[in-house]
Amino acid sequence: MKTNQLEKERIGKRGFWRRIQKNRTLICMLFPALLYVVVFSYIPMFGVTIAFKNYNYNDGILKSPWCGFDNFEYLKISGKLLDLTKNTLLYNLAFIVFGILFEVGFALMLSEITGRVFKKLSQAFMFLPYFISWVVVSTVMLNIFGQNGVLSNILSRFGIQDFSIYHQVRQWPVVMVAVRLWKQTGYGTVVYLAAIAGLSQEMFEAASIDGAGIFQKIRYVTIPSLKPTIFIMFLLSVGNIFRGDFGMFYQLMGNNQLLYETSDVIDTFVYRSLITSPNIGMSAAAGFYQSVLCFVTIVSVNWIVKKIDPEYTLF
Amino acid sequence: MKVKKGKDKKIFLGISYVLVTLFAVLCLLPFYLILVGSFTRESVILTEGYSFFPAAESFSAEAYRMAFKSPDTIVKAYGITLFVTVTGTLAAVFLSAMTGYVLARPDFPWRNQASFFFFFTTLFSGGLVPWYLMCSRFFKFNNHIYSLILPCLFSVWNMIIAKSFMKGIPFEMTEAAKVDGAGDFYTFRKIILPTAKPLVATLGLFTALTYWNDWYNCMLFMSTGGTWNLQYTLQNILNSSEALKRIASMTGMQVGQVPTEGLKLSMTVIATGPIILLYPFLQKYFVKGMTIGAVKG
Repeated sequence: MKTNQLEKERIGKRGFWRRIQKNRTLICMLFPALLYVVVFSYIPMFGVTIAFKNYNYNDGILKSPWCGFDNFEYLKISGKLLDLTKNTLLYNLAFIVFGILFEVGFALMLSEITGRVFKKLSQAFMFLPYFISWVVVSTVMLNIFGQNGVLSNILSRFGIQDFSIYHQVRQWPVVMVAVRLWKQTGYGTVVYLAAIAGLSQEMFEAASIDGAGIFQKIRYVTIPSLKPTIFIMFLLSVGNIFRGDFGMFYQLMGNNQLLYETSDVIDTFVYRSLITSPNIGMSAAAGFYQSVLCFVTIVSVNWIVKKIDPEYTLF
Repeated sequence: MKVKKGKDKKIFLGISYVLVTLFAVLCLLPFYLILVGSFTRESVILTEGYSFFPAAESFSAEAYRMAFKSPDTIVKAYGITLFVTVTGTLAAVFLSAMTGYVLARPDFPWRNQASFFFFFTTLFSGGLVPWYLMCSRFFKFNNHIYSLILPCLFSVWNMIIAKSFMKGIPFEMTEAAKVDGAGDFYTFRKIILPTAKPLVATLGLFTALTYWNDWYNCMLFMSTGGTWNLQYTLQNILNSSEALKRIASMTGMQVGQVPTEGLKLSMTVIATGPIILLYPFLQKYFVKGMTIGAVKG
């Protein structure tokens, strides 16, 4: 023990260089990715200063004059900040909670199904929606639920004229969550299926010998073993809970102003305000606001998880 | 006791079959409708609307002929998307697998620090504006093809998948290669990468999807000029009558004669088709390639 410590001290700084020497190939292999995140993630982080500046193109990021919290004042004055934050948060919460329920549920079902052809085909079909872009999803929706869509045709036979889901402002959040589940469940299911496939068969056999039925096995063996995966997936999405899925909201809502009240999220609002009036500072302020909220949320949720069980923390 | 055990399994399986079938059909149905609609004559769509089982005489491939009559728009967009998807996917998969491998090496002393360094970028970000300003002002991304490739080249999510998978490959393989005198990069390329086929297939498909379906970067960097990719072209055809008029003028038709609805649907099929065909080839690797593990450790 003692000699070991002495040796460590003696090696000291020279040991550090030796370790770099020894791992130089690995470091080189890591370098491209490191460079990538430094350039595309870390350097833009310093760009948050734009949120506190009166940005103009000629002076650029560094030389534009400071303006304190003016940009945030603008954001507040537009009066929508609270609604937008609420929309973003609630939508993401619904996506996360229902997403996990659907994904874990279907993974459990698929893992028990033994018919190989049925399993493969149904999985392939469930995966289909994940393959298409939000651009295509919005066309599909328009053609099915829009004014001249399939549903409206069917309903008109029952005497309901001119039905369009895009006029159902109140029900719209339900539509969004449903579309989200429709698109993402197939993908998420694979994550949990992979986790289930990795479980040792012995546990299930032992449970069978002890007389556990299938529901007991799911409850006492499968779900507890899935916990680490569920927690990781949960925490990874919580880290983005104040960022709306821009592609989804932008494509599905289009320019339908009726829907803004219930379904505008911070990201779509920022994008629109950037397009209509290029107020860079205010948009940057909104981005900064989101980042801070997300950071505080994920750090505190991770802290809470650590209190419950350190095994499940993300970092 | 034994009878009961069999029974609850049967109940569970019964429910499973019903729910899975229901959901699978719900997922498939819209695709069927779009496909059928794209082969239906315009006049039928306009008068009778879309239907599940259109009459045989309303079949028409007119919309597809139309779509390919304006090669300038669609064929070019196809070329861009194909090029970006192939180059981007090859580079991205190699990069993620390599990074994942290094981070999963138990003898790499800084694996935890490095993992966190990557992971931190998902915790905090500068937001869209600084990123965009840097890309467009400093790197001059606008109207360059690499503005479609670079933004999706590396994702922490893919890195986590890669790292989790690499952890499942026994370290003895690396050690054995080392004893035989192989360097780290050689080991990765010649021994680890071939072993990691499920990972490569899974990441490959998902990255290819990201590139194929990207319209956002095209909108950000290419909207003022440059060549549009498939999805952004599609979006423009769907949302603006301008694009339709352009196609009409190119084919020498009057705007009123263009099968608008059919053209939209056939474009949707054209923009989606090829990427879906990838799935059957890669399906068998999926479940094996999608392990998600912790960032630390």
